[in-house]
Amino acid sequence: MEMKEQIINDIETNSIILYMKGTKEMPMCGFSNSVVQVLDHYGVEYKDVNVLTDPMIRVKLSEHSGWPTIPQLFVDGKLVGGADITMELHNKGELLDVLDITTED
Amino acid sequence: MEANKVKELITAGLTVSHVEVADTTGTGDHFSAVVVSDDFKELSLVEQHQLVYKTLGNHLTNEIHALQLKTFSKSAWEKTNLED
Repeated sequence: MEMKEQIINDIETNSIILYMKGTKEMPMCGFSNSVVQVLDHYGVEYKDVNVLTDPMIRVKLSEHSGWPTIPQLFVDGKLVGGADITMELHNKGELLDVLDITTED
Repeated sequence: MEANKVKELITAGLTVSHVEVADTTGTGDHFSAVVVSDDFKELSLVEQHQLVYKTLGNHLTNEIHALQLKTFSKSAWEKTNLED
């Protein structure tokens, strides 16, 4: 599978997926880390993809999502946002609703 | 890149009523910005941020490694300031 197909497939088949620098066990960037901390806070299951393993992941991902920076959080195939939006939704108490869509079924 | 240049690019690409840009690390590559624009009305947060990213084009990810963003429509911004 080509990189771009792989990315689209991953986003569609994982209800929550986080493209980040580093892994959820060892984030390599403060912004990626903040999203990991919030997701762990809610105790949700999610797939993490480390964009540092291959520079092309980031290029192809941004082409697909129209979002230039990392991290990028997707829920049910839809871009929720980067670190700022995730934190903003969390602070407003709206993030759990966004994440809950997947746990209802 | 200087914070003022970032501000210029955002102002040039978007109808804004208020912009603040700060260099968060003093190294010219990590910035935080507050952008208030009526273009944000009725848009999702993702779409609002995408509008700002668009004004920066290739500068973002090349010279600008991180941009922390807070976006407000004019009415949301006024409401936020009243609460402060």
